[in-house]
Amino acid sequence: MTTYPLNSNPPVSFTAQRARPAWGKLLLRFSAVIYLLTFVAVPVIVVNVEGLRSGLDAFLADLTRPAAMNAIWLTLWTSAVMTVINVVMGTLTAYVLVVYRFPGKDILNTLVDLPFAIPTLVTGVMLVLLYGPQTAIGGFFQNQLGFKLLFAPPGIIIALLFVGYPFVIRAVQPVLLTLEPNQQEAAQTIGASDWYTFRRVILPAIRPAVVTGGLLSFARALGEFGAIIIVAQRPQVATVYLYSQVEAGEMQAASAVSVVLLLIAFIITLSVDLVESRHHA
Amino acid sequence: MREIRPHKPLHFLILGIALVYVAVLLLAPIVSIIQRALENGFEPVITSLSEPNVIHALQVTFLMTLGAVLLNTVFGIIIAWVLTRQRFRGRRILNILVDIPFVFSPVIAGYTLIVLFGRSGWLTPTTIPIVFALPGVMLAKTFVSLPFVTREVGPVLATLDTEPEQAAYTMGASQWTTFRRIVLPNIWPGIMYGVVLTLARALGEFGAVSVVGGGIEGKTETATMFVFRALNDRNDIGAYSMSLLLGVTAIIVLIVMRLLRRSVVREQAAYVNHSG
Repeated sequence: MTTYPLNSNPPVSFTAQRARPAWGKLLLRFSAVIYLLTFVAVPVIVVNVEGLRSGLDAFLADLTRPAAMNAIWLTLWTSAVMTVINVVMGTLTAYVLVVYRFPGKDILNTLVDLPFAIPTLVTGVMLVLLYGPQTAIGGFFQNQLGFKLLFAPPGIIIALLFVGYPFVIRAVQPVLLTLEPNQQEAAQTIGASDWYTFRRVILPAIRPAVVTGGLLSFARALGEFGAIIIVAQRPQVATVYLYSQVEAGEMQAASAVSVVLLLIAFIITLSVDLVESRHHA
Repeated sequence: MREIRPHKPLHFLILGIALVYVAVLLLAPIVSIIQRALENGFEPVITSLSEPNVIHALQVTFLMTLGAVLLNTVFGIIIAWVLTRQRFRGRRILNILVDIPFVFSPVIAGYTLIVLFGRSGWLTPTTIPIVFALPGVMLAKTFVSLPFVTREVGPVLATLDTEPEQAAYTMGASQWTTFRRIVLPNIWPGIMYGVVLTLARALGEFGAVSVVGGGIEGKTETATMFVFRALNDRNDIGAYSMSLLLGVTAIIVLIVMRLLRRSVVREQAAYVNHSG
């Protein structure tokens, strides 16, 4: 017989714990699953079923309408241009926020989250007030340089740059913070230039975070609507096209474009998941 | 990495590029809306914000946002808990589902609500209208702001040492008491941070709310939809005043986020010191 020196009762065994039915645990799991299924899985299923309901031919016909194709293409290329600029400027900002000490750093670090906090529709309104045709800047571009900033692709890209700005920074900043200073110092001591140190020591470490942040901002840009409906109702990006189709009661046409947008966004989510899990493994 | 004072021309160049970029991209638009809305002083702003339909829009926005925040906070904590503390089949899929609202276009979200609950929808209820009514507005706001609490609380829960919980539980505290007294104080800053992000997202939503609510003046119109209608009606001062109000709210949100982040960092540091 085993004796327990401090306590005459046997210690709580795992079987004894399990004898109390784990209803609480199951209830929690059940409510989490139900909540996510209702709010997230159902919309995903609805879009796909609705889009493919009238068959593949109808789906392709709706998708290959010139207006739909142009809208998807405009969304893709403006989002891609934004992502390239955003990756460079976001990485640079994250670097500045981590490496340099300067007055106003705390304010800059706070301000970076502004696009998360401000309604994107208000972003659109602000951009019209700054770059619209009646303003000094917008007027200059239109009259002197001969092209429109707003109600044209440049306006869409500016709006997307605003909305997507925090993504790369907030992905890269924590990784930069955890980098050991020794490696860079070692590289610099043996005479490596700043650029060489950045390219060979820092960049490899932050690359997964840069990719993740870039992909997230790209995905965010595909779905952006509030800012773009204000700065460019035409030419139509995919979400504005969708909106006009839903408003006109053309549900079928809206469904086809939704399916494609959702598919791209889903592939991006999976890639981010993959990049992150591979990096952590 | 070690923080340095910029001392080479290259450092100042990099710093300068970042600062100019932020000034042009983020600050200039803010300045332009403040300048434009307050062109003739505060009076026109206050007048246009005290019109009955504007007040109604603000009430709708506030109440529906509150509903979305409550739902997403309670379920966000539960989802974070289940994802970090339970092992079961399908957990990875559940984890991916949480992020979908981040990449799901709000316009499509509003559209799915119409497919489900609109005229001749799949599940259109006969008693309570959802589409072009307030329940639809709240559902839309809930959908777009769903991930934030889970994504803020999850990482904290994942790194939390479970020993104190097990000790409390072994000493006879109920699971609820253990959660309330041991876990909750640790995840509290994360919850608050998630709540602020949820609030900001739900408050500012336009696409989904506009599609599903229809923007019926004095009924389902929210603050952002009022801005959109005011612009179309050439009610410029109305649109700019509401934009200014929403912008000021966003800046308050930013300041609260900043204060919370500082306390999150402090909590985590305290926690690391305590356990290490």
